[in-house]
Amino acid sequence: MERSILEALNAARSARRAVVTVSALAGSSSQLYFEGDDCPDAWRVPVARALQSGKAGIVETEQGAFFLNVYLPPPRILVIGAVHISQALAQLAPVAGFDMTIIDPRTAFATLERFAGVELIAEWPEDALKQRPLDRFTAVVAVTHDPKIDDEPIRVALAAGCFYVGALGSRKTHATRVERLRQAGVSDADIARIRAPIGLDIGAASPAEIAVAILAEIIEALRRRDTSHVKGVIA
Amino acid sequence: MLEAANVLDPLDIAQAWMKEGRKVAIATVIETWGSAPRPVGSHLVIDGDGNFQGSVSGGCVEGAVITEAADVIASGAPRILDFGVADETAWRVGLSCGGRIRVFVERVEG
Repeated sequence: MERSILEALNAARSARRAVVTVSALAGSSSQLYFEGDDCPDAWRVPVARALQSGKAGIVETEQGAFFLNVYLPPPRILVIGAVHISQALAQLAPVAGFDMTIIDPRTAFATLERFAGVELIAEWPEDALKQRPLDRFTAVVAVTHDPKIDDEPIRVALAAGCFYVGALGSRKTHATRVERLRQAGVSDADIARIRAPIGLDIGAASPAEIAVAILAEIIEALRRRDTSHVKGVIA
Repeated sequence: MLEAANVLDPLDIAQAWMKEGRKVAIATVIETWGSAPRPVGSHLVIDGDGNFQGSVSGGCVEGAVITEAADVIASGAPRILDFGVADETAWRVGLSCGGRIRVFVERVEG
């Protein structure tokens, strides 16, 4: 591998861009192909397949054997709402390998004392998300119960293709949320992607149990995610 | 691969080593059969002095990979190494889990 390729690969990983390396096993030369970018016809299908599956492997061609490695960004959880459930989730998420960030404009909730060791942003989500755009390797969990705070990040998360979008609230609360999102121009297909009521149905009662149910649902969404929106996708 | 961000990331280390002017080889798991400790795509990086970071197995074959990497760093010619169950035809170093892995070792050029 050339040093320039190694540096470009590391830059892509740190910028949370999904990327595939194609390396000739007979030599030391490698190529990089980024998700969403164009790619030579000969590599379109195997590169798209690697981005979809996240699996590396060898591809045999008339020019010899090539190794395709795939680097997907580490998944992260963005929680809207510095509430009791978020306190429990902040302890669970790192154990399962997720980075976690909490956004809540209500400074009474978003205090360092309640959330030691977690990235905490005491701003309105629409402002905070301008600084850190969402991507499809982010799970968004909206748990403030307040439409003024929850609705906009839910809309943005659906538009960004986040692999998980969950919202706290009863079926009745969710029905009124669906109405508001529809009026804001969100498609029915996107609305159907919202996990509500939030969390796997394990009968969770306490905030900590609900956090476990949410985390389990996020893991399920990650491992069984639909990647059909990946560019250059094979039919 | 979906792995948590880590300060011990082998590829970040490889880049830092290159910046320090060290010679660097990258070893990558390119195929596995049966039960293998690290998935295809996993990296081990080695410098010219035998320092290493990352893994291609659970510690079973790293020593042999590091030895081979010294030759790759010296010659610049990449190698493909096979490790499997320790029998006569396999390498002297085996995987106790009974799997087989193939590892590509290449020098970072430039």
